[in-house]
Amino acid sequence: MSSRPEASYAAAPTPLTTPTFGQATTGKVGMWIFLVTDAMTFGGLLLAYGILRAGNKQWPTPTTVLGIPFTAVMTFVLIVSSLTMVLALDSAKHGNAKQAVRWLLATASGGILFLCGQVYEYRHLIREGFTLPSGNFPATFYVITSFHGAHVFTGVCYLLITAFGVSRGKHLENGANFVEITGLFWHFVDLIWILVFTLVYLIP
Amino acid sequence: MGDATTSKPAPIRHLHVGPEFHAEQHIHPEPTSFLRKYVFSMDHKVIAKQFLWYGLFFLAVGGAMAMMLRWQIAYPGTPFPVLGQLIWPQSGGVMPPQSYAAFFTMHGTLMIFFAITPILIGAFGNFLIPLMIGARDMAFPTLNLMSFWTNVVAGLCMIVSFFVPMGAAAGGWQSYPTLSTLVGSPGHGQTLWILGIFFTGSASIMGAVNYITTVVRLRAPGMGYFQMPLSVWGIWLTAILNALFVPVLAAGVLLLFLDRVFGSHFFLAGAAITKGGGDPVLYQHLFWIFGHPEVYILILPAWGIVSDLLSFFSRKPAFGYKATALSMSVITLLSMAVYGHHMFVVGMSPLLSQGFMTLTMLISIPSAVFFLNWLGTMWRGSIRFATPMLFSLGVVFVFGLGGLTGLHLGAISSDIYLHDSYFVIGHFHLTMAASVLLGAFAAIYFWFPKMFGKMMNDTLGKWHFWLTIIPITIVFCGMLVVGYGGMQRRLYNYEAYEFLKHLHPINVWMTRAALLLGASQFLFVGNFLSSLISGKKATENPWEVGTLEWTIPSPPPHHNYDEIPIVLHGPHEFNNPAVAGKDWLAQDEPIDDEPVALGAVGS
Repeated sequence: MSSRPEASYAAAPTPLTTPTFGQATTGKVGMWIFLVTDAMTFGGLLLAYGILRAGNKQWPTPTTVLGIPFTAVMTFVLIVSSLTMVLALDSAKHGNAKQAVRWLLATASGGILFLCGQVYEYRHLIREGFTLPSGNFPATFYVITSFHGAHVFTGVCYLLITAFGVSRGKHLENGANFVEITGLFWHFVDLIWILVFTLVYLIP
Repeated sequence: MGDATTSKPAPIRHLHVGPEFHAEQHIHPEPTSFLRKYVFSMDHKVIAKQFLWYGLFFLAVGGAMAMMLRWQIAYPGTPFPVLGQLIWPQSGGVMPPQSYAAFFTMHGTLMIFFAITPILIGAFGNFLIPLMIGARDMAFPTLNLMSFWTNVVAGLCMIVSFFVPMGAAAGGWQSYPTLSTLVGSPGHGQTLWILGIFFTGSASIMGAVNYITTVVRLRAPGMGYFQMPLSVWGIWLTAILNALFVPVLAAGVLLLFLDRVFGSHFFLAGAAITKGGGDPVLYQHLFWIFGHPEVYILILPAWGIVSDLLSFFSRKPAFGYKATALSMSVITLLSMAVYGHHMFVVGMSPLLSQGFMTLTMLISIPSAVFFLNWLGTMWRGSIRFATPMLFSLGVVFVFGLGGLTGLHLGAISSDIYLHDSYFVIGHFHLTMAASVLLGAFAAIYFWFPKMFGKMMNDTLGKWHFWLTIIPITIVFCGMLVVGYGGMQRRLYNYEAYEFLKHLHPINVWMTRAALLLGASQFLFVGNFLSSLISGKKATENPWEVGTLEWTIPSPPPHHNYDEIPIVLHGPHEFNNPAVAGKDWLAQDEPIDDEPVALGAVGS
């Protein structure tokens, strides 16, 4: 409806108004916001755990029921997978697709290993009568850890899709932004596990 | 609140453009198949219309339920005309107690999650954000598509729940345990309610991620946060609250679901279970951590829209634009820490209660700021009383009443008396129902020309307004009165109680007003449909206002903007002395000698 100032499209000395949010891409901003919402879901579940535990004097000491050494190994696997994720992103940023795919697959295997460990742990606990209806300690345990497990499963699928894309020569442009966003999700899943491990397994 | 660049020679304003700005906003070709164009569309304008139809449908359903509830209150034992015979043939058309409980539960649920949320957040959020900030679409169009269809699944869960054995959920819209566990609601209706809430919550989260990202990333050059119309501010703050607190509700209903389906007992205690012990109050915490922000989720878009419309129709810049935007933000922050005022009577520590009371009272300060800003905006303006303005004034009126009655409920001493009475119902209907509904009507009358390219009939609109505002005030203020008189909410037959019998006349008048309110909505339906078919063709800018959506054709083309606009002014640039011949100025309209430099792409 009105003519725009075509002539003054020229050079910009100092930017005063930045319409974009720093240099973060749209995908990255979206992922961060999603992670905040996801953290709030975990927050709700952990709050429920805290209130139920605080209000119950007969709450068992978790270390007497849950196998800490086994879970410590699972935790270690997950932390190592975060490291391989960092290496994957580094390779991708250097444009080394082959190396990036290798590290991405290593990360995904870490996740798969973790999931296998979780299945093994569940089977063992269920055989001992530690089931969802058997009390609020098992119930909160299963809800929180399986909700996290679902995130690991999603993360593994996400990593495999990313790895497939990179192997086809995609996702390396723009500072390997796509790989970086995948990494954000994966690191978040690991971070949540550290919280879950501490709060549900370790606190006596 | 435009930058005052008019009277003195302005310094050159440099509008920086990020390196990816243009790269990200491609013009996508318009889809051609019917399915991609109207059903599974990724165009934010089409999704907005889908949400509008969806929300209006549930508004009609929820409204009809309210009529039946009011009928039962005023004329217990009398068959509801026409529909009663169809719904309850076994009782001769009289609403049985179980249906009464199911209806007030589903009335609340449908109105909040399936009428207000889709209309104001789904429809207007989708429609306005990209158009008002000068973007071609949402940041994530596919997510937008998924959000709508997830919501449809949720709506289906709710509708199906009416037809399962033992009927729909009947434990109140909050679905407190123990009522909502298998002990209180053995039927599948409550389980379907949980699934519906879970799905609609997921849809809200998808929408919220999308809205926040879009506002953060896709604002046109020059569109800083304080150049955004207040409607966008309201919707954006709503999206932030949705992103933060709907997940907590999701956690709560997930645990409730496990209690019902997999035999856990998070929320069961005492005689309800044999071993272990959960905590019914835990659910209340999880629910209200979400539930209090939810009331602001519902009202913030209406506040934003009204703030804009009052300025548009007063032909004046919004008074205290920044103060309004900031006070809405402060309310958003405070709303995160006040939920305990819904739980004063559950036996919380008095110290905690007092903390919640203090924080609740603090909310009245920013509320008063923007409320006075509304009045300041109208003060000595050249007010045009078009239908959208009338509805905006209606919001100011009913929100004033609702806000003031909130003080009685935020203070512990008066809340303990008023808790669970009709006073609460009156308060939250004035704020959440009346204000939001009138705000939604204002928005529909105002943006209908842009959405559908046709004008709505103004005379019918004014009749609709007066026949809505008068009965709505009578109904909800009547609730305040009977609540103060001691009438409890959710009573199937209050006349069973001797001390409430004298409230009969006022209850009958409230029901009459409610029926008039319901009937007058047919004026809106008729106006909406006839305008859609044969309304006067809308011009590009029928209201003569300056926000970006009015600079493009009505309805806008598929990609909104041929060229991304360059924003030079605030959203309410009225009566700028440097502009001759008209009293408004588009946000991207240069005033002749104003120099502007734009950052080169990729700089």
